[in-house]
Amino acid sequence: MRYIDPHIHMISRLTDDYERLAHAGCVAVSEPAFWAGFDRGSSLAFRDYFRQLTEVEPKRAAQYAIKHFCWLCINAKEAENVSLSREVIAMIPEFLDKPNVLGIGEIGLNKNTKNEATIFCEHLELAASRDELVLIHTPHLEDKYKGTRMILDMLRNESRLKPERVLVDHAEEHTIKPILDAGYWCGMTLYPVTKCTPQRSADMLERFGSTRVCVNSAGDWGPSNPMNVPALMLEMRLRGHSDAEISKVVYDNPLAFFKQCKRFKWSEE
Amino acid sequence: MTPLTAQAAIDRYYLETRCKLIEIAANLDRIDRGDGAAGAAADPRMAKVLEALALLNRTDITTADRAERLQRVFSQQFEEGWAIPNKK
Ligand SMILES: [Zn+2]
Repeated sequence: MRYIDPHIHMISRLTDDYERLAHAGCVAVSEPAFWAGFDRGSSLAFRDYFRQLTEVEPKRAAQYAIKHFCWLCINAKEAENVSLSREVIAMIPEFLDKPNVLGIGEIGLNKNTKNEATIFCEHLELAASRDELVLIHTPHLEDKYKGTRMILDMLRNESRLKPERVLVDHAEEHTIKPILDAGYWCGMTLYPVTKCTPQRSADMLERFGSTRVCVNSAGDWGPSNPMNVPALMLEMRLRGHSDAEISKVVYDNPLAFFKQCKRFKWSEE
Repeated sequence: MTPLTAQAAIDRYYLETRCKLIEIAANLDRIDRGDGAAGAAADPRMAKVLEALALLNRTDITTADRAERLQRVFSQQFEEGWAIPNKK
């Protein structure tokens, strides 16, 4: 069955991983801009990173018939540096017309600080003024509930952004309902230790339904498994869920979300 | 999406559940066997672990939302009315 991984950091993965994804049925990925594992020295490093996301990575993916899309921003961790963040935000419009860019992301909060909130709102301002889709990272562990509620407050404050054009990611049992109730798309990340397992993700799909819900592996440079979307597909199949139900979650839903982007082109084979 | 029957869920997840419970027991034993075990109880993280275990053991909750309740045990409080930047 074909599927899409809507949140995976392929620059951190081997080319072999593209091959494994393709073997498992992956036809497209979307890669949000994120933290490199160290704080970058200047906005020039982000310019190079955005070139990698918009020029290099789509070619690497295409070798395996995988379409590569991406999201641009300065991540929540480096957003603590407000002046650097403003330089990066000012540079983003140069890249917004590249054909594989889906919007602004993954913006969000990390430690729920004042600076992070300031830069989050400035990203929302850019997205609203350019009519871009938004992909949002919610914090890890004990910060997640508070951070998600703060993010929902800031989204509500930016009334130009339509909820159906925003995906709030890394939802877990205590945050999925407030996200869906407010009308946003919701992402569940299948990631070891700090996020969801395929089993818990399937539980949440059973409890809350699959409307406006996507799942992703968030495969990156940390301990993570880029094959976790197929792992969820198997878990759903073992529980007796139909191919149509599985396909809705792993293919139809991310596609429906992406299709709202004015640059997004997709041909059904 | 229809969930598994309760019997099917026991059949499928019993061994996994058993395994995870034994892992928790062994983790707690490891802490108790270590030097300074008496002081470990004062670590606020241990209070959360014990609160979570007590929650798991409650039979009066029938809402099938234990995972959500545990998540809240391990979460910071959210305060309404915080200072949103550029509040409109
Ligand atoms: Zn990410």
